[in-house]
Amino acid sequence: MNLKTVSNSAPPAESRHEQRNYCIGLCLALVLTLIAFGLVWLKMVSGTQALAVLGVLALVQVVVHLRFFLHIDLGKSHRDDLMLILFTSLILLLIVLGTIWILWDQHARMM
Amino acid sequence: MNAPQPLHPGVNLDVTDRKSHEKASEVIFGFWIFLMSDLVLFAALFATYAAMSTQGIAQGPTPSEVFDLGSAFIETLLLLLSSFTFGFAILAMKYSTSRLRLLAWLGVTALLGAAFVAFELHDYYVMIVNNDAWPQTSGFLSAYYLLTGTHAVHVSAGILWMIVLAVQVMTLGPNPLVKLRLLRLALFWHMLDIVWVGIFTFVYLFGVAA
Amino acid sequence: MSWETIFGQLGWDSLVFTGAIKHPSASEFVAFGAGSIVVLGAVAVVVLLTVMRWWGPLWRDWLTSVDHKKIGIMYIVIALVMFLRALIEAGVMRSQQLAAYDSAGYLSADHFGQLFTTHGTIMIFFVAMPFITGLMNYVMPLQIGARDVSFPLLNAISLMLTAAGAGLIMVSLVVGEFSTGGWSGYPPFTGIEFSPGEGVDYWIWSVTLASIGSTLTGLNFAVTLYKKRCPGMDMFRMPLFCWTTLCTSILMIFAMAPLTVATIMLALDRYAGFHFFTNGDGGNMMNFANLFWLFGHPEVYILLLPALGVWSEVVSTFVGKRIYGYTSLVYATMCIAVLSFGVWLHHFFTMGQSANVNAIFGIATMIIGIPTGVKVYDWILTMFRGRIRITTPMLFHINFLLTFVLGGMTGILLANPTVDFQVHNSLFLIAHFHNMIIPGVLFGMFAAVQYWFPKAFGFRLHEGWGKAAFWSLAPGFLLAFFPLYWLGMNGAPRRTVMWADPAFYPWLALAMLGAVLLLVGTVFLLVQIGVSIRQRRQLAVPLGDPWDGRSLEWSIPSPPPAWNFAVVPQVDGRDAFTEAKKNGQAYRSPAAYSDIEMPCNSMVAPLIGIFTFTLSFALVWHIWWLVVVSFIVVWGVVIARSFVAQTNEIIPASRIEAEHEAFLAAARATPGVTRDLEMSPQNRGKAAPDRLGQPGQKRPDDVLESAI
Repeated sequence: MNLKTVSNSAPPAESRHEQRNYCIGLCLALVLTLIAFGLVWLKMVSGTQALAVLGVLALVQVVVHLRFFLHIDLGKSHRDDLMLILFTSLILLLIVLGTIWILWDQHARMM
Repeated sequence: MNAPQPLHPGVNLDVTDRKSHEKASEVIFGFWIFLMSDLVLFAALFATYAAMSTQGIAQGPTPSEVFDLGSAFIETLLLLLSSFTFGFAILAMKYSTSRLRLLAWLGVTALLGAAFVAFELHDYYVMIVNNDAWPQTSGFLSAYYLLTGTHAVHVSAGILWMIVLAVQVMTLGPNPLVKLRLLRLALFWHMLDIVWVGIFTFVYLFGVAA
Repeated sequence: MSWETIFGQLGWDSLVFTGAIKHPSASEFVAFGAGSIVVLGAVAVVVLLTVMRWWGPLWRDWLTSVDHKKIGIMYIVIALVMFLRALIEAGVMRSQQLAAYDSAGYLSADHFGQLFTTHGTIMIFFVAMPFITGLMNYVMPLQIGARDVSFPLLNAISLMLTAAGAGLIMVSLVVGEFSTGGWSGYPPFTGIEFSPGEGVDYWIWSVTLASIGSTLTGLNFAVTLYKKRCPGMDMFRMPLFCWTTLCTSILMIFAMAPLTVATIMLALDRYAGFHFFTNGDGGNMMNFANLFWLFGHPEVYILLLPALGVWSEVVSTFVGKRIYGYTSLVYATMCIAVLSFGVWLHHFFTMGQSANVNAIFGIATMIIGIPTGVKVYDWILTMFRGRIRITTPMLFHINFLLTFVLGGMTGILLANPTVDFQVHNSLFLIAHFHNMIIPGVLFGMFAAVQYWFPKAFGFRLHEGWGKAAFWSLAPGFLLAFFPLYWLGMNGAPRRTVMWADPAFYPWLALAMLGAVLLLVGTVFLLVQIGVSIRQRRQLAVPLGDPWDGRSLEWSIPSPPPAWNFAVVPQVDGRDAFTEAKKNGQAYRSPAAYSDIEMPCNSMVAPLIGIFTFTLSFALVWHIWWLVVVSFIVVWGVVIARSFVAQTNEIIPASRIEAEHEAFLAAARATPGVTRDLEMSPQNRGKAAPDRLGQPGQKRPDDVLESAI
């Protein structure tokens, strides 16, 4: 660990670094939000295409939040958390996609 | 850069408070697991909403008839800003010895959160008055109110928690116990913003665009 | 103030006793009897506690305790009490079906519906779940060399939530009726339109409490296993029971949420007129089945996996060999855990989705057979060339291997959608899942009790009564459920209150006989506990290692001290205690003792238990003021607790040293017993080295592994 090398003068620099991280996160999130709302306001997307484009934008924004607000990265010390997030994502996908698939399939046969 | 390796999600206290930092890993991991479990709960609500917003409209209004994108946009900005200010509250806790700065940032966050909830309640009011869109009107609206309502309840609970912690900062001082609680509340708050990204994208934007 | 403001929908007619007086019938008298048993039982407990002056000790030493060992024992007590009730209900249902050939029998259809609903709900949520949770609570921290779980108070709160749910279901015997919608509670039948009474609300809230309690338990255990292992205990050095606990915890964390969502939606439908699962207005009742089984299928493995862990511990101990294929068992467990999230649709193949969907989920279901098969082979190969001691747990294990494989086969049959269409909702299905759960989970828990009881209480259970129980439980199971396969294939539907085909009669009679044997076996188990308590001096094993155990829990005294380990152990391999005994490092004095910080008792958990109970009872009966008060009190307690700074106490090193050195001295002074004398009074809990394990001599597993 490098903890010992961090001297008393380090905190301000570290502090500025972390402040900058939050600012970057805010800016990126704002831009992504604006794009998403803009696309719909200007009626540039619709139907399945909208789902794909908006979905990708949301995914990117989630990653931005995870990276800059929750400070998740690919570092070694984070493996437990990362594994947990990946496993959770798998479960989320199974639940959401499975449910949608099943209910749509049933619905189609009831029409 | 030789910044120390973080040991858990969110801001780490390693540089300024070793004592709290060493205790953090276990409780934060536990809270992180709770958040994941909570996400699964939201996933089930999202999946239900996805099905019901198209199949469960019955005689009621459709999503594009009842949603107000402007309001959703303001709510998005409020929650995003509150996430940002909470980040600064945590940095104040980490680097500043002044309790006042921490409390001020917490206050701003709580106000932004409260404004968010107020806007959502106003949305509900408008929907009910203008479109007669009660939760009892159709399966779609039941799913909509439950999904956004659960999120709003989470945000409100977060505000209450924030008030309790603010009182603890004032009475107990920022001791390790309180600091670790603030770290956990921060994770909770940021996670709610992530859930909101899903809501404004798939409920509001896609609801209007489709 | 009106009656309804104060008591909601509660009235004198809600009491089960008024029903029997107003409309006397056999069915009402059975209900009357059941209600009386609950009331008299409660009165008897209160009188006993008062006469013996046990209220104080009960509160101080048990209810407010945050010790994982005591919490584990309390979980198992809940499980046993609830097991007795649900078992008797099963007997009543069997006798009704026997009596109801071409006649109405003695139970009303509604009463029969309540019986199968409570039987299922209790057996899953208030027998199997508390049983496995209690066992994991007791054993897992000891096996990883920890002093407690990560969040001891949260652990106590989980227990009290489960207890509140169990209490709610018991109260439903006296006040009001229970749901008739089966343990899976499918709407629209359980919606307000078709089930207007309080029954479904009882089901909703008791299940919801249990579900929240289990989520918190899973979280707690997962963190404990990740963060509290003793030095040197890598993940791949953990005993297999810990691995199965970890996988079960992960399932609990992720699988309980869909259940909570489903019950809350059903509650909103019923209380507030929402349209999640209603017939009209855009409701979709298929989504309930979808959400329920998103929970329900992982739930099956939540129950099964800890039992599989027990089997791994039991077989390696009573064969005196390292477990065969440790790594493959770990990966098989993980595979089962992940796959269990991808098969939920096989519970509703017949609900109307297209053949493609069914086919995919059918194939996914069959794939689970592979890792399960790996496990079975591993256990058999562990026994291969071992020195098998046929003890009670081992008898249960061998019985498990034989019958569980048969149940698995019928599972593969049911996984085929075309077959499922023929036998779904028939007794074939009932036979299948009882075939998995009874020899697999329930007998696994019985074996675990036989195996770990001496650890928890310091004396062994009487072996003769244990074997007697086995020899009535095992055939009892076969007789009670194998006829149901036949009946199911011949078209007998499940949940049937009366029937008319004379060909069914002999098979139902056989099943009744099996149910009687299961009851007798359970009585034998209770007798065994009574006899063992009376003979506890002859059966005492205070030195803590009666079975020549392999993992860390056997290295400490029986019963263990509150702090478990006087000094946190250091391990450098699997089967840590076996290695220590072999190298002569067991029972050595540690270099130094230090103070230990342990969590204080707390009345937070019992308060939360009491007020979540009143909260849910008030919700069932629409007593709104009590709902509000209880809700505020529950959260008020949590907030108040967060202001308490001092939650730990220090146990001085001198006290720990005195106790531990006394134990070590006794252990060194006592000669060990060989395995041949395991069941004799000479066994004081210290094992002599087994002749196969002598240094210099090749051990059987080494021989086997070098041969492969």
